[in-house]
Amino acid sequence: MDALELQDLRKTYRGGHEALKGIELCVPEGEFFALLGPNGAGKSTAIGIIASLVTKTSGRVRVFGHDLDRDPMGVRRAIGLVPQEFNFNQFEPVEEIVINQAGFQGIPRREARARAESELRQLDLWDKRRVSARELSGGMKRRLMIARALVHRPPLLILDEPTAGVDVEIRNSMWEFLQDLNRQGTTIILTTHYLEEAEALCRHIAIIDHGRIVENANMLELLTRLHQEILVLNLRQPLREPPAIEGMTLRCLDPLTLEVVVRRDQSFNRLFCELERHGIEVLSLRNKKSRLEQLFMNLLGNAA
Amino acid sequence: MNAYWIAFQTIVVKETMRFVRIWPQTVLPAVVTTTLYFIIFGRLMGERIGPMDQMAYIDFIAPGMILMTVITNSYANVVSSFYSGKFQRHVEELLVAPVPNGVILAGYVCGGILRGLAVGLAVGGVAAWFVDFHPHSPLLVLLVFVLTSAVFATGGFINAVFANSFDDISIVPTFVLTPLTYLGGVFYSIDLLPAVWQKVSLFNPILYMVNAFRYGIYGVSDIAIGWALAIMLGFLASLSAVALYLLHKGIGIKS
Ligand SMILES: Nc1ncnc2c1ncn2[C@@H]1O[C@H](COP(=O)(O)OP(=O)(O)OP(=O)(O)O)[C@@H](O)[C@H]1O
Ligand SMILES: [Mg+2]
Repeated sequence: MDALELQDLRKTYRGGHEALKGIELCVPEGEFFALLGPNGAGKSTAIGIIASLVTKTSGRVRVFGHDLDRDPMGVRRAIGLVPQEFNFNQFEPVEEIVINQAGFQGIPRREARARAESELRQLDLWDKRRVSARELSGGMKRRLMIARALVHRPPLLILDEPTAGVDVEIRNSMWEFLQDLNRQGTTIILTTHYLEEAEALCRHIAIIDHGRIVENANMLELLTRLHQEILVLNLRQPLREPPAIEGMTLRCLDPLTLEVVVRRDQSFNRLFCELERHGIEVLSLRNKKSRLEQLFMNLLGNAA
Repeated sequence: MNAYWIAFQTIVVKETMRFVRIWPQTVLPAVVTTTLYFIIFGRLMGERIGPMDQMAYIDFIAPGMILMTVITNSYANVVSSFYSGKFQRHVEELLVAPVPNGVILAGYVCGGILRGLAVGLAVGGVAAWFVDFHPHSPLLVLLVFVLTSAVFATGGFINAVFANSFDDISIVPTFVLTPLTYLGGVFYSIDLLPAVWQKVSLFNPILYMVNAFRYGIYGVSDIAIGWALAIMLGFLASLSAVALYLLHKGIGIKS
């Protein structure tokens, strides 16, 4: 069964801004899924709709088969949400925040206490249980939101930039925690600006930009595509067929233009030797940047 | 146990803990103010004012004074709690959880009723120092208490839904509630008013509440009790419908 299914999801905010322009997405159960995109791409908007915090303009949302319009409570029971911004009562003690969330989920008090304890212990917050939330550090606050999201053991955990403002050590332990959780069967969707994070954690990745999914692929496949260079060569003599060069893909765009895909680990020297051998003379060349690559450059630029 | 019932209890306990934790801001001020009112209007001036509706002035104003604090406190509780939940965004904890809108509303309103009861009892304790209370009908007293605080707690909820700043949550109490209470027959019997103003007063819901409450305590009223109760129920029903509609549409809480 699919953990999440979005069909033609659209959102126009009251001011008229079109934040989502028809999102199609399918996340199978058990997946560890990354939603990557630059600032303002629409990640939080999509997540807000799925989690009942934002009203959709049109489209369809299904979570483990529960339709958001017909069975909103079923959807809410199946989701644990870690939002991008802190949204707990700053003056409430840490433990109460988690226990109350369990209560909202309909878990009886005694059971709620036990679960809050186990979540807070797992996330290293048990010592802080009596402290009011505003006294926690940024990283602790984020972990508090993870504990709160997990207290009803949801089959789908959605995290909106969980590692923003978290130091490397905590980030690594958070990654490990999430990977464990995923191995135990929880489907996880996270948004991030960092390709590195998506690469370390996720098996599948979708890239969203300006309210559209521009890429939706298996992580490995995407990385291979990303780790290649596309060269466009202008030739002196027309060519009828592209030559065969082992390990590279060549294609004639027109008789005088040749496109070559070179993996990053392959040398250009070999390409030119081979071309020389086939008697092909190159007048000029340019490097073709794919849209995907550009997007990544921007994302990587963000990360730096 | 039913999940929604547990969610409801959780909201009520949370709301109660909130006002208990900050009792110097939530309970104490009403006690101080009413004590002053009793001393000044009841004792010092009351003797010069003379009887009202055939009772000592201090006896006449006591029920209204109590009800006035019930009104302001149940309203204030919900408006400030729900608005600060919006402001700090922790109402999102409820929105993402499987809690139907009716349960959210009922939970907050119940919190408001409990605050009204708590403060009402404290102020009633103060009043008992000055006045000899032998409730004519304790059941009616309780009923009016609960209905009144429910009406204003629901009003506070609606106010909080629309509020976009802390200023917005004090406008209604200052410009609507306070005038309505002062003109609602707390300090005088409407028999004293010219005929026209008596008619106008009949549009003020607080008049019915104060009179029903006074009737519960002394067995005397300017207004028919059945009518008063019906009006309170009507207000409660229509305000709840408005609040539920706003929640359903996500107005003020969802973008
Ligand atoms: N409540 C709102 N009202 C109006 N416009 C909004 C609202 N929330 C978001 N937007 C707009 O919708 C667009 C998408 O915003 P969103 O928060 O979904 O982006 P994002 O991908 O989560 O970005 P970031 O990486 O910065 O968190 C942005 O242009 C933003 O300005
Ligand atoms: Mg975002």
